[in-house]
Formats: sequence, C-alpha cells, structure tokens
Amino acid sequence: MKSFVFPEFQIIRDEEKCGQCRGCERQCAFGTHTYDPVADRLISDNYKCVGCQRCVIFCPKDAIEVRPTPSFYRPNASWSREKLEDLKKQAETGGVILTGSGNDKPFRIYWDHIVLNASQVTNPSIDPLREPMELRTFLGAKPDLMDVSVKDGDVQIKTQLSPNLMVQTPILFSAMSYGAISYNAFRALATAACKSGTYFNTGEGGLPHEMRAEFGRCAIVQVASGRFGIDAEYLNCAQAVEIKVGQGAKPGIGGHLPGEKVSAAVAKTRMIPLGTDAISPAPHHDIYSIEDLAMLISALKEATNYEKPISVKIAAVHNFAAIASGIVRAGADIIAIDGLRGGTGTAPKVIRDNVGIPIELAISSLDRRLRNEGIRNKCSIIAAGGIRCSSDVIKAIALGADAVYIGSAALIAMGCTLCQKCFSNKCNWGICTQDPRLSGRLNVDIASQRLSNLLSAWSHEIAEMLGGMGINALESLRGNRDHLRGVGLYEWELDVLGIKGAGE
Amino acid sequence: MARAAASQTSVGADHIEERIAVAEIDATGLQTKELNDQLRDLLLSGIKKVNIRNVCGQRYIGTRLYTPEHLRMEIEIFGTPGNDLAAFLYGHKITVHGNAQDGVGNTMDGGEVIVKGRAGDVLAFSMRGGEIYVRDNCGYRTALHMKEYEDKKPVLVVGGCTQDFLGEYMAGGIVIILNLLDQTHKANFIGTGMHGGVIYLRGQVEPDQLGGQVEVTAIEEPDRSILDRYVSRFLERFPEIGMSQREIMQSQFYRLKPKSKRPYSNLYTY
Repeated sequence: MKSFVFPEFQIIRDEEKCGQCRGCERQCAFGTHTYDPVADRLISDNYKCVGCQRCVIFCPKDAIEVRPTPSFYRPNASWSREKLEDLKKQAETGGVILTGSGNDKPFRIYWDHIVLNASQVTNPSIDPLREPMELRTFLGAKPDLMDVSVKDGDVQIKTQLSPNLMVQTPILFSAMSYGAISYNAFRALATAACKSGTYFNTGEGGLPHEMRAEFGRCAIVQVASGRFGIDAEYLNCAQAVEIKVGQGAKPGIGGHLPGEKVSAAVAKTRMIPLGTDAISPAPHHDIYSIEDLAMLISALKEATNYEKPISVKIAAVHNFAAIASGIVRAGADIIAIDGLRGGTGTAPKVIRDNVGIPIELAISSLDRRLRNEGIRNKCSIIAAGGIRCSSDVIKAIALGADAVYIGSAALIAMGCTLCQKCFSNKCNWGICTQDPRLSGRLNVDIASQRLSNLLSAWSHEIAEMLGGMGINALESLRGNRDHLRGVGLYEWELDVLGIKGAGE
Repeated sequence: MARAAASQTSVGADHIEERIAVAEIDATGLQTKELNDQLRDLLLSGIKKVNIRNVCGQRYIGTRLYTPEHLRMEIEIFGTPGNDLAAFLYGHKITVHGNAQDGVGNTMDGGEVIVKGRAGDVLAFSMRGGEIYVRDNCGYRTALHMKEYEDKKPVLVVGGCTQDFLGEYMAGGIVIILNLLDQTHKANFIGTGMHGGVIYLRGQVEPDQLGGQVEVTAIEEPDRSILDRYVSRFLERFPEIGMSQREIMQSQFYRLKPKSKRPYSNLYTY
C-alpha cells in the first residue's frame, strides 16, 4: 500500500563540501544514504531518516544537515501533523503505534516553575570549595527509635538496623535492561556506577554471569513480571532487589522485548530461547493485592537472607500515594516512583503520552502522605522520570525524595539524541541495539567516563546550590519545601507541591 | 530447636558427617523466619537431610537456602507448609507429606518438590528449572510464564486437574496434567499468550477452553517418550496411587503447543 505519510526530516548535503567518503552511508543503519557510483555522489532518502544526527556528527567534512521537514499539511490547531500522521499509519497497517524514550508532549514541566532559595546576609551561604558538603545518602528503612549505649565514651548502636544502600551522590542509574540496551551501554552504566559510588539498575533482563563478581557491588537487580534471568545467585550478588510493578512510560501495561533483540547473549542472560518475544505480562500474576506484594517482598528478603533492602517501583498514577502507603506497610525498604515523562525502550505511544502524572506532583504527595501517616522513615523514596539536570535533582529532594534515578539523561550522556526508535534494533549510537556492528560503536571506557563526568558535574552543582542556601548536608534539604517557591502556578498546583508562590 | 538426631549407629571420625546427617525441626509455634533461620543454620553446618514436623502455615520454606558453595539439602515436611514453598529454590529437594498452599515453586531455579496431596494457586509460577510433582489437584494460574533455556527445562506433573489460566504466557518447560480421577477438565483460558513449552493433558478439553495462541494435537512418538519418563517418575514418588504405567499411558493424551513463538509480532506499527 502506498504510504501517505511524508518524511519527518529533510537532509541537506553540501555537495561542495562532501568528499564522497561514504562515511554517512556506513553510519546509518536505517539505510538513509547510498552511494551512486555512476554519478559519484551520495544520495539521501528523507523517508528513511529518523533524525538521530549520527551522520551529521560523524561527517568529516561537516557537509550534512538534518532538519525537520519544511513540508506541512494545512495548519490546523486540532489536527496537528502528528495526529494526522499517526492516523494515516494506523489506517495503513491496523497496528498499535510503538515508540521509544519518554513522553514528548507539552505537559507542564513543574521543575521549570519552581525556583530555589539562597542565603543573603543572615544564615550566610557556605562555600563548597572550602567547606565539606555532605551529599552521601542512605537508602532503606530507618528505625523508629535509635537505642544507643555509651560506655567509656564509646557509642554503640543497640537497635537492629535494616540494610541500607549508601550512595555518594543522590543520583542512581534507572532500570535499563540488557536486551533493551546494548551490552556495551549496560557495562558502561555499571562501570560508571561503581566508579562514582552509586548504583545501576539491571532492569528486568538479568545480569550477565561474567559481570556479577565485578559489578554486583554496585547493582540493583530487578524482579519484574517476566521474571527473566532470575536465580538466587543473581539476587544475592547485588546490593538491593527491586520489584518492578510499573514504569512511568507505560503504567498498567507489560513489556515486550521483540524477538529481533533477543540475541544469543540476551537469551542466555534472560534464560529464554533465542529469538522468542520476551513478554512481561501487565501484572505480576502472583501479585493481585498488597498482601500478595508483601509475600513477594518477604520471599525476596528470605532469598537474600535479609541482607538487602527491597525496593518496589511503581508508576505515578492518580491514587498511587495510597498504594505506596500499602507498599511501605508491605515491607518495602525503598519506593521508586516513575513519573509521566519516564523513558522506555518500547511502549505504545498512546500509553506513553497519556497515562500517569508528573513526577514533581507525585514526589510531594507521596512524601506528605507517608509523613502524615508517620511511616516516612520506614522507606526511602527514589524519584524517576524526567530528571534533566542538577537543579531538577535538588528540587526533587526538597520536595521529599531521598534520591533520583536517571535514565534518559544517562543515555544522552552516552550519545543518545532521543530519536525514539529504540525498538527498531537499529540505534546508530550503539546504545539501544543488539546488532554487534552497531553496539561496537559504543566504547565502554569513553561512555563510562562521560557518565562519571556527568555525575561529578551534577554533584558539584548540587553542592553549589546547597551551599548557596546555607545548607551543608543534603539531609537538611530533604522535604524542606521552604526552600522552594512556585512561579506561574495555579493555587491547586502550589497546594499539591506544598510550596508557596514566589514573593510569599 | 533443631536437634541433630543420630540416624546411624556407626562411630569413628570418618563417619561423623553421616552420623548427624538427619536433623529434626519441630515447627510447633515457630514463626516463618524462625523456622527458616534454623533450616539455614542446619544447611550451613553441613546437614544434608532435615525432617520438619508439625508444620502449620510457615512460608518460604527452602527459599533461604542459597549458598555460594551450592550446598544441597533434602527436606521432608510433615504438616501443611504456607505460601511460596520452594520459592527461588536452588537445587534442593523438598517432600511435603500433606497439602501445599499457594505459590509452590515460585520462580524456582532447580531441585525437586513432591507434594503428597494437593497444591493451591500459582503453582510453578515462572519456574525455570527443576521438577515438581503434585499428587492431587491444584488451583488457578498453574505454570504461568514457565520458561526454559537450553537444557534448563522445568517439569511439572500434576496427578489431578487444574483450574483456569493453566499455562498462561508459558514460554518453555513441560507441564503434564494426568487427570487420574478422569474428571472433566474445568479449566478455561488454557495457554493464553503461550509462546513456548508444551502442555500434555490426559482427557479432552473443548476448543473454547483454550486461549487463541494454542494449538491442540494428538501426541506423537517423541511426546510418548517424554510422557513415559515423567509418568514413571510420578508413579515412583506416589506408589499409593496404585496405578500402572501402562494403564495411564494407554489413555488419550493431547498436546498443547503455541502456534508461534512470537504471538504478538503483528500487533504493532511504527
């Protein structure tokens, strides 16, 4: 059937600069550029271009430009180009539209409507270059009361403490499975996490055996509804176990790693046959209630000899705070909440763009709910979904989070340009593909260095902002909404966020 | 308290290990964690076999027995163990003299579970290795999302029948429902979303009891040898059934297999 959808991008080649080196042809796995030997020139097919900018960056002559196509349908505020084209694609195929990455729709980004405080004259600011700044964070249940004994000046803790994760900076790498992302990308995340004193999350695709001894010390392993690659050794080699109930990009639905991405090594790690679809059902079929969840939490604590904190990850949806309260009571040590803009390797577009609530509102209502119920100490909160910079991190913590997960931000650090074709197995940046020709493009040492640099830069910026507020420990900012003010927000939004308007 | 019972009379340094080879735990009044603490201590002290008496609802028995050295233990349970018996089980053998509750063999990795009675719901959920034999019936959601990889192939044999959702999302392994009392299969939605593995049913099911992703055929010769092997193992474990291998193998079996290993590949567009 002839497709009535026109190309998204326009490729402009400067023929004078182009040296016919055919680099662009090799760089593009989508087959956008081809060499015409008769004319001795390169021809680009706009229809195939996904706008990932790989050819642009790697053209040695700087001869290529990729921009959104200037073609347009008659402008119509209701029928946007995207709406028209999605409809045409569905009319042509009858399929559910898949996409990757996070929600790209113009929902209000609250981070950009919240401003931070700083000290002036009184309570002087602290210079982080001179004074120690404490960013170290402990994730897990804290006791209601701490019983200590002092003998000859020696303080001993008598209360039995729950296992906690210690992070040097409140930023962890979000769950991205081996299978969804390439081995090199997965390994780069693990390497950077270990180097920077934080943790990476394996996602639900298992942890390759050869990585367990080296990277288990900075791994959070996931148990999701597909239960891929899970054995007692996998659970025990890591420092924490996360039960994945939901994901911000696709709350309420399962996952589906297409057979194309189930390579031999992915099959071995997930312990499923080569080339089958790896289907994660929508719910865990052994969890239909909070009581069932409590059972899996306890089973995982048993399986790991009560040595690891257990995290439960849910998507932020309308009534999630009440559910989260149940999750804490079910014995979770950490709750990870993933907001509306959380990323994904594959999700139906209609779900990604329409389900869930913004993470900023979710953090605040969860923190408030747990405080009101007197159980905030029983678990830590990791916020995820739409964290783009260090100020987002610090605002999340002031709203009540203990730490954040970054997913898209980490991928962008490695080269991702959010072209949203993660499901295609053709990621030109070598991040989201199992094609060895493509994944080989991602150098683990360089990628992990870029990730460590990012964490280091953000940590310095967080220390600067903290010092500016006259605070020398992140702990003092946690849930401290007095340091936040809203700009351009409605009353109800200020109420949910629990912050005052600017100037108040 | 656990006590190591002298099971053999031989003496001498060489035989010390054997002398204390069987331990006993009286589970009366023990909380789940207390019972599992004792079980783990016994495993770490080198005990190879434990009898647990008066078990009444304690959960996760066998779950905390992973050791990096891969120590193995045989456990006999007298009474009724609670939910998630043998969850994540790592190569141990558990025999239940009585009924089991929900979640037997949840995400089990290897080993063997024998239930001399019935099992509850979510039996063998996401099981990925080892064998489970249940003498009588079992509940809903049996063998959901069971999966296999190369020679790691889980096997579940049930002497009776199951309820709805048998083998949903099944991705590998072998499930055999023997229906020895010749009941009418009542289960609906059998094998919905199935994309791997095989289910053998003794006795007939109607097409409307099956999920759309399953095809039913008569068994062939390779199936017969698989059935032979596991039916004989089943009968070895439950001699009280008093049926012969021939008697069972003569009856009509049906094979349920997925139509595709990629059932949803045509659902999407880009």
